[in-house]
Amino acid sequence: MTDTRTLFIEAAYLLSSILFILGLRSLTLPDRARRGMQLAALGMLLAIVGTVVHHDIVDYRWIVAGLAIGTVIGYPLGVYVPMTAMPQRIAISHMFGAIAATLVGVAEFYHLGNGGEVSRGVMAALGFEVLFGALTITGSFMAFGKLQGIVPSRPVTFKGQNLVSLAMFAAAGVLFVWLVVDPASPRAFYAMVALALVFGVSLVLPIGGADMPVVISLLNSYAGLASSATGFAIDNNVLIIAGALDGASGFILSIIMSKAMNRSFANVLFGAFGSPPEASAKTSQGLTVRSITPEDAAIQLAFARLVIVVPGYGMAVAQAQHQVRELAALVEKNGGTVLYAIHPVAGRMPGHMNVLLAEADIPYDRLKEMDEINDEFKNADVALVIGANDVVNPAARNDKSSPIYGMPILNVDQAKQVIVMKRSMNPGFAGIENELFYAENTSMLFGDAKQSLGKLVHEIKQA
Amino acid sequence: MLQLIQIYVFILAGFVGFFTITRVPALLHTPLMSATNAISAISLVGSLVLAGADHGALPTVLGFVAVTSATINVVGGFIITDRMLKMFRRAPRSGGERK
Repeated sequence: MTDTRTLFIEAAYLLSSILFILGLRSLTLPDRARRGMQLAALGMLLAIVGTVVHHDIVDYRWIVAGLAIGTVIGYPLGVYVPMTAMPQRIAISHMFGAIAATLVGVAEFYHLGNGGEVSRGVMAALGFEVLFGALTITGSFMAFGKLQGIVPSRPVTFKGQNLVSLAMFAAAGVLFVWLVVDPASPRAFYAMVALALVFGVSLVLPIGGADMPVVISLLNSYAGLASSATGFAIDNNVLIIAGALDGASGFILSIIMSKAMNRSFANVLFGAFGSPPEASAKTSQGLTVRSITPEDAAIQLAFARLVIVVPGYGMAVAQAQHQVRELAALVEKNGGTVLYAIHPVAGRMPGHMNVLLAEADIPYDRLKEMDEINDEFKNADVALVIGANDVVNPAARNDKSSPIYGMPILNVDQAKQVIVMKRSMNPGFAGIENELFYAENTSMLFGDAKQSLGKLVHEIKQA
Repeated sequence: MLQLIQIYVFILAGFVGFFTITRVPALLHTPLMSATNAISAISLVGSLVLAGADHGALPTVLGFVAVTSATINVVGGFIITDRMLKMFRRAPRSGGERK
């Protein structure tokens, strides 16, 4: 069994596993991360080289074709996709990963006598592989569609939806057990794959845009687990290890995201904000907002000692990150300090705002996590909210009836002046009224974030 | 054959992943996601064997599609992770001085 070739392959796999772990570890320090990930890429190359000398491979034509076409598609997806499109880019890549895992599972089942030569243990692994894989394929595609705007990003719900989803999930579970008991049941196998594909759609459809960070993380985890299950099925340790790392990472991120919204997994997945907003009219009646002109806002900013910028999804939509940096440079030129308060679920995926601001060349040590900056707001002369809504809504602290009650928020309302940039007074998609907008120290600067910031920059330069 | 050793490997790797990844700052959560995604495209390894082995037409075609999908993630995933990480820079260099 252990001839030199097998030894070479195993050594390559071991080394690449080590490089993967070192690569992920390097992500704990921004300065070393790049180097570490290059090592991980080297690990991947090693694993590929190790694999192509495998005994079973007799024909290289399809391999070369697949590698070539994959590179032709993958290269532009890596080089040209703009940072603002990162959430949908990540979502679609989960789909590709899941396609690979699922197809390997299906082909393995088919080639082993349609299950006839599959042992129960391997069947369990194959079952997990195609279940996680298939639901990640369609789930990620729906997430991609929502983020790209092809599928409506508001929750799509119908009566009894959770019941239908639950029934499908249970049916897939029954088929799984059946297959483990009797692997030679091709109909059950393919029915299970089909069910998982439909389940993926029904899992993501009812989920709204603001909950995307949790869903993307969860799909990240599932894609990893599918890879890991592939490793079990074809007895390959590097697959098990890499898949487990990915699975753990996605799982941790989903927990962090859920906590940042003060909700449980189950609530995110099945409790869709979908139902029409009931309490939304409550706070707005009899209250008026104060709007501010760019000239006045510019004066406040020009003389501020400490400005805290609070970016949200609106900044990403307007692609305003470069204007933010221009504005910050002016404030700093006047002797002020600019910090950025990043809520964990601001945007559509974990770390979304950080990537955009880093792209605009804002140094990362100015980007502060919620716990780090929340005590600073009371010292801030101006808090500049750019397209963020729920993450600055004081209702999360005060209003027990609010759907977001209990969610940790940024203490924007404690700043001396708050300037909120917003398109209009339409409440966010969750339909929750934001009392911050009516507070005495808040003024609203209506309009497209990019244009408004441009005007502010212009005004400050004039002054 | 499904072996007990595989479960050992899975659980230990999961632990390593857990303790490594809990220390990744929120700052780098997006690169983390694209990095783990690129790494889990290691399923390419399984796809390669499938596409190259002589298991009949259907498995070969499925293997070919799997190789293509996984390669997209390997190539695109590592490039985009690198592109992101390249952007994260520390403060003082040009412009704004911190007191």
